[in-house]
Order: sequence, then C-alpha cells, then structure tokens
Amino acid sequence: MTSGMFELLGFGPQGWGLPLLKAAGVTIAAALCGFLLGSIFGIGGATLKLARPRALRLIGQAYTTVFRGVPEILVVYLFYFGGSVILTTLMNTGGFPGFYSLPSFVIGVLAIGIVSGAYQTEAYRSAYLRLDRGQIEAGTACGMSKLLLLRRIVAPQTLRFALPALGNIWQSALKETSLLSVIGLTELLRQAGTAAGSTRQPLLFYAIAAAVFLVIGRATGAGLNRMESHLAKPWRR
Amino acid sequence: MLDWPFLTDVLGQLLSGLPLTLQLAALSLSIGFALAVFVAGAAGSAFAPLRWAAKAHVELFRGTPLLLQIFLIYYGLGQIAPLRHSALWPFLREPYWCAILALALNTSAYTAEIIRGAIQAVPAHEIEAGRACGMSGLLLRRRIIWPIALRQGLAVYGSEAILMIKATSLASIITLTELTGIAHKLISSTYRIFEIFIVTGAIYLALTFLMSAAFALLERQLQAHHAHRRA
Repeated sequence: MTSGMFELLGFGPQGWGLPLLKAAGVTIAAALCGFLLGSIFGIGGATLKLARPRALRLIGQAYTTVFRGVPEILVVYLFYFGGSVILTTLMNTGGFPGFYSLPSFVIGVLAIGIVSGAYQTEAYRSAYLRLDRGQIEAGTACGMSKLLLLRRIVAPQTLRFALPALGNIWQSALKETSLLSVIGLTELLRQAGTAAGSTRQPLLFYAIAAAVFLVIGRATGAGLNRMESHLAKPWRR
Repeated sequence: MLDWPFLTDVLGQLLSGLPLTLQLAALSLSIGFALAVFVAGAAGSAFAPLRWAAKAHVELFRGTPLLLQIFLIYYGLGQIAPLRHSALWPFLREPYWCAILALALNTSAYTAEIIRGAIQAVPAHEIEAGRACGMSGLLLRRRIIWPIALRQGLAVYGSEAILMIKATSLASIITLTELTGIAHKLISSTYRIFEIFIVTGAIYLALTFLMSAAFALLERQLQAHHAHRRA
C-alpha cells in the first residue's frame, strides 16, 4: 500500500502529483480572479446602496438580495447556460453559424465575482458607515478635493474596517471554486474526482483535496491577519 | 414578452421539488444542531483530547467545500469494507442519506461555533447573580446561561439556517431531484435559462424570506420581557 501510494501521489508518469498541483493552481487563480472581480462589484454595489437617489439604492438592494439569497450553483448555471445562449445568438446573428460557449474558467470567475461582490457590498457598506464623520468634515475643512479625501481618509479606513469581513468572504470564494467542477473546470475537486475514478481510491484523493483546501485557506488566512494588523498600525497606541 | 404558460408550467414542475428541499434542510438542520451541542460541549471540556477532536471537526468542516464533503461521503465511504458490510450500508448507499449526513456534519461545525460564542457572551454578572441565589450546575445552566445564550445566538443561527436552505441545492449534484435538480433538468432540456433562473431564484428568495421572518418573530417573542426598554 505505502509504496503504491507514493507512486500514485508522486510526480512520475504514473503519479497524480503534478495534475493535482496544477489543479490547485487553477483553484487559487479562479478564487483570486473571482474575488478581485467581486471587489469591483462590491465597491460599485456599496456606492449604489449609499447613493442619495432612491432608484440607485433600490438597484443595489436588488443586487445583494438576489445574489446572496440564491444558491451559488444556480448562479454558476446562469452564467454557464446563459453565457452560451447569448454568445451563440450574437455569433449567429453576426453570420457565424454554430454553437459557442465561454471558457469554463471565465464563467467561473464571473459567477464567483458576482456572488462574492454581493457579500462584499455589505462589507464595504458597513465599513463606510463606521467611518468617523468628523474626519471627513476635517478633511473638507482642510480644503481636500473629493478624490483626495477618498484616497487619504475614506479608502484606507474603509478597507481597514472591512478587512475582517473580507477575510471571511475570501474563504467562501475559495470554497465556492469547487462548484466549478460541475461545469467542467479542472480545479482541485474535479481533478481529485478524475484521479479517484481511475484509481478507485476516492477516499484517498478526496482527502488529499480536502487537505489542500485546508492548507490554502490557512495560509491565505494568516496572510490576511498580518495585513489586518499592518493596516491597524497607525491607530495603535 | 413574457411567456406566462411556460413560466407557470416551470413553477409547477419546480414546486414538486420543494418538499425534498425542505426535508433536506429540516433534517440536516435538526441532526446538525444535535451534533453541534455535543461538539460545543466537547470544545469546552476539561479533557484535552475531546477539545482537540472538537477543534479538528470544526476546522475540517468549515475549511473545506461542502461539495467535497458530499463527494467524500457519497463516493468515499463505500471504500471502507467494514462499513459496506455493516447495518448502516443500506442507508449510506443512498444519495439521500449521504446528502443529509454531509449537510448535517457541515452545519454542525458552524453551529458549534455559534453555540460556543453565544455561551461565552453570557454576561458574567448574570451568572454571578444566579450563583448568589444559590443556583449551580444544571439549574444555573437551565435557568440563566442557556436562555440568555439562546437569545443571543438566535440571529446568527438564523443566517446559518438560511445558508443551509441554499446548501441543499448541492444535493442535486449527487442525483437528488430537489429544486435545483429539477431546475437543472429543465434548463438542459429547454435552454431557457433566464426564465428558469428567475422562477427558481424567486422560490429560494421566498424560502429565505420566510425563514428570516420566522427567526425575527421568534426573537421578538424571546425578547418580550425587554419590550419596555424598546419604547
């Protein structure tokens, strides 16, 4: 068993080491791109929800309600099937017959981005509301322009207040990448499944995938904690 | 513009999957809560190995994707020969019980942390007051600690329950035809993704709305003795 196990998990021609490592890279890349796209949606969503016009606030509210209330897997299906429906229609009307679909990585990043963005909206919004109004007034009194105020006072502190929540949202995004196995992206879970199928060792390979997820989550979590204490430094007494 | 006959047809077909979704959520939430009580108890135990086991349980089930846990149970357990010959096998062979087991284990880890946090948040002076009145052990827990912890943990547990309703959708991947399973079948046969997404999404939103309304009501009931403070 043990020598066989080394061969199974090794990096040789019979080993699953290299494919699993590559798949872990895909998992990290999908989570990272999705999370970053989510920050754009999140900052946009928070801006909408904090805006004065009622219509904008309602749009922001609808966005967070729908994408936090609907299962993530349905959102993945929405982008998977919806993307190919739209793309095929566009191509066909443009004079290119046939069936088209988006690459599964792109679909995955879009789906994770939009869901993560809905949660990030709440993180950024509540962080902004915790800002000390007096500081904004002080900045304005010093003659800072809106952009300078944003860069020097609003953005750094909003980020600091939002960071603990963003850490949790990052962990969810990381785990959500496993859903992309369903639409054919060869990330960690799907690669483990392929290995499990061809070696008939599901217990071993899923356990390895679990361990890799734990390691990635732990390592990135530790990094985020360091960033948190780094950002808190100016306020430490 | 909207194809109403199609939408009502979709709604009818989807609603036939609603009982299974509700069953999965209800069973896994109740089994998960019972498990969580033990895990939270073990986490606060004076016996170190029990504490470690509780910590490992929480780390494992919160740190890995639910879909992986479902696969590990559905595909992995069959590899353990003694289990395959045990009396449990007729259950563990079924995707239904595998999904419930995975969902219950998953929520038990999150719920254990909620319970632990709620009990830790019970103010020390309330406990001291109880002790001053001569309460201790189970009486102190039953009369002071648990009711206060329940009130404090309820809101957080409400959002965990909502997450579990959404999580039941993953049971569709191991062939169960609950809401999402039916939606997926309809999408692949009609390719009318947008209409089906809207109807399915609306059902889930209605479920989460009802769930949060129920928890808000329960919370208000449990806070009734604080009503004078609100005014």
